[in-house]
Amino acid sequence: MGWLLALPFLLPIATGLFALGARRKPRRARTISLLGCVGLFVIVVIIFVRVIDEGTIAAQMGNWPAPFGITLVADRLSAIMLLLAGLVGLAVAIFAQADVDLRREVLGFQGFYQLLLAGVCGSFVTGDLFNLYVWFEVMLIASFALLILGGERAQLDGGIKYVALNLVSTLFMLMAIGMVYGLTGTLNLAALHTALAQVEQPAALHMLAVLLIVAFGIKAALFPLYFWLPASYHVPPVAVTAVFAGLLTKVGVYALIRTFTLIFPADFSFAHDLLLIAALLTMLSGVIGAASQYEFRKILAFHIISQIGFLVLGLALFSPLALAGSIFYMVHNIVAKTNLLLISGTARRMTGSFNLAEIGGLYRVSPVLAAVFFIAAFSLAGFPPLSGFWAKLMLVSASLEQAAYWVAAIALITGALTLFSMSKIWSEAFWKPHPTGEARSLTSLTVTERIQRMLPALLLVAITLGLGLFPQPLIQFCETAAKELLDPAGYVATVLPSRGG
Amino acid sequence: MESALVLVIGVMVAAGVYLMLAANLLCYLFGLILLSNAANLVIFVAGRLTRAVPPLIPKGQEAPLEPVANALPQAMILTAIVIGFGLLAFTLALVVACYRELGTIDSDHMRLAEPPPKSGEH
Repeated sequence: MGWLLALPFLLPIATGLFALGARRKPRRARTISLLGCVGLFVIVVIIFVRVIDEGTIAAQMGNWPAPFGITLVADRLSAIMLLLAGLVGLAVAIFAQADVDLRREVLGFQGFYQLLLAGVCGSFVTGDLFNLYVWFEVMLIASFALLILGGERAQLDGGIKYVALNLVSTLFMLMAIGMVYGLTGTLNLAALHTALAQVEQPAALHMLAVLLIVAFGIKAALFPLYFWLPASYHVPPVAVTAVFAGLLTKVGVYALIRTFTLIFPADFSFAHDLLLIAALLTMLSGVIGAASQYEFRKILAFHIISQIGFLVLGLALFSPLALAGSIFYMVHNIVAKTNLLLISGTARRMTGSFNLAEIGGLYRVSPVLAAVFFIAAFSLAGFPPLSGFWAKLMLVSASLEQAAYWVAAIALITGALTLFSMSKIWSEAFWKPHPTGEARSLTSLTVTERIQRMLPALLLVAITLGLGLFPQPLIQFCETAAKELLDPAGYVATVLPSRGG
Repeated sequence: MESALVLVIGVMVAAGVYLMLAANLLCYLFGLILLSNAANLVIFVAGRLTRAVPPLIPKGQEAPLEPVANALPQAMILTAIVIGFGLLAFTLALVVACYRELGTIDSDHMRLAEPPPKSGEH
């Protein structure tokens, strides 16, 4: 029982160590990494099924009872995040086999990739604020390495900006942890739920909230803390950008949702107002930034920011429907965004550039790739009947429910501007003829490379389509998950059986 | 004792932030060191300070007889110091690599990953 919840980070760490050991034999390292990702996916599916059957599950490492030992918890939110991490991990691992060059593999790409997955999964299962910090660091150091691996000049430049701002976020988090401990004497998330509610110093609570919003806001790329993201996400290989876009910023959002539903009191309107303003400005500034760009990957990077706004919006509105919308949006966005970045990598392989002015003609040479892009992109813009439509519908109706009409208006404007950017990519990269000569077709690649590039994209686009056509099971799941988040009594009782229940 | 340390933390954070705002990456790094030590001190103070009562349990007892120093924050600081050390070493190596490859440690002149400046800007 206990080991099941530890496996999502133990397995990638073990795989990563073996892959690092075999880095001079890239074929072997690749196979190890791929097998590790398949194993991870199986484990997270098992955890997901168990959480659906039994509700929240918890494990105490070394049999020290909470709140004294190391607690691992999986509720519905953790379970779906783990499932997504396993899915993205597997999809990008397949794609990376074709996309990452031999030199980077010899430098240890596969090992750092697994370490990144370990950090992400660890953050999702931990039930303790200090361990959350430790997993953030694991994730951070692996992401640093992946970002600058290869040492191209642009990579170093982007790397400096990424490292500088993310280290500041780490220090804010550490200070916040010190203050939480000083106020309550515990760092166990479930114990904090009751302990922080008894703290009668509103000034201290407000300061803590601001510290944590800044710390997680930098990780999540929230306005006005996101400037590291557009400065760095376009410099590493596409596979790295794809896994960053799919998972890293989402861990920041997950931490925000976890702390502001579980440890802070539910009627903490100060933090919710702050988050609401930040979310709306994030949505608008991200999408406007994207509109001004003319490079495939930079447009997508700015859209990551604007969609973080949607995810935080659901938390800020703080109603069951809004939180359910947030979780649905998370699922939709991780799948669609990762896929779009994978497609951008394949598009570059076939046309030679990311710059939209220099490429074109993809629709004519490769209708399959064009169709996959079309579905993912229009899902991102929120077109029915694709997954993004239901996600936006839930969030917009949640804001109408609270009579926050201007919130709904901003969400719809953001959707329209997203459509503008996606049509720009469509008409430039896919529709117009290639300005200098001809784009390569998919059939000119070797069969192995074609499979490695297209299998993950087809898998992810099938999920986007499936969620769009049959959204009901996931909506129900998200509603139950939101109910759990808004009433953490079950979570607390599972972790601390002696106190709750 | 606590208030004196709090003042020290305040001064360290102020100096750290001042240094980090400089365009020079080496100054940024020194600021980061100050700030990360300030964060460790915050955890230290949060565990309450006591003098000369180590958390030891006398022979034959199951719990300490009198209130003792809190050992947990110190364990956490130890973890944070190790992690912080690793990150600082990495950052320093990155700054050195930047200096070698880009020929500058002035972040205002690092424009490779950004769009080219338009005429009129600098």
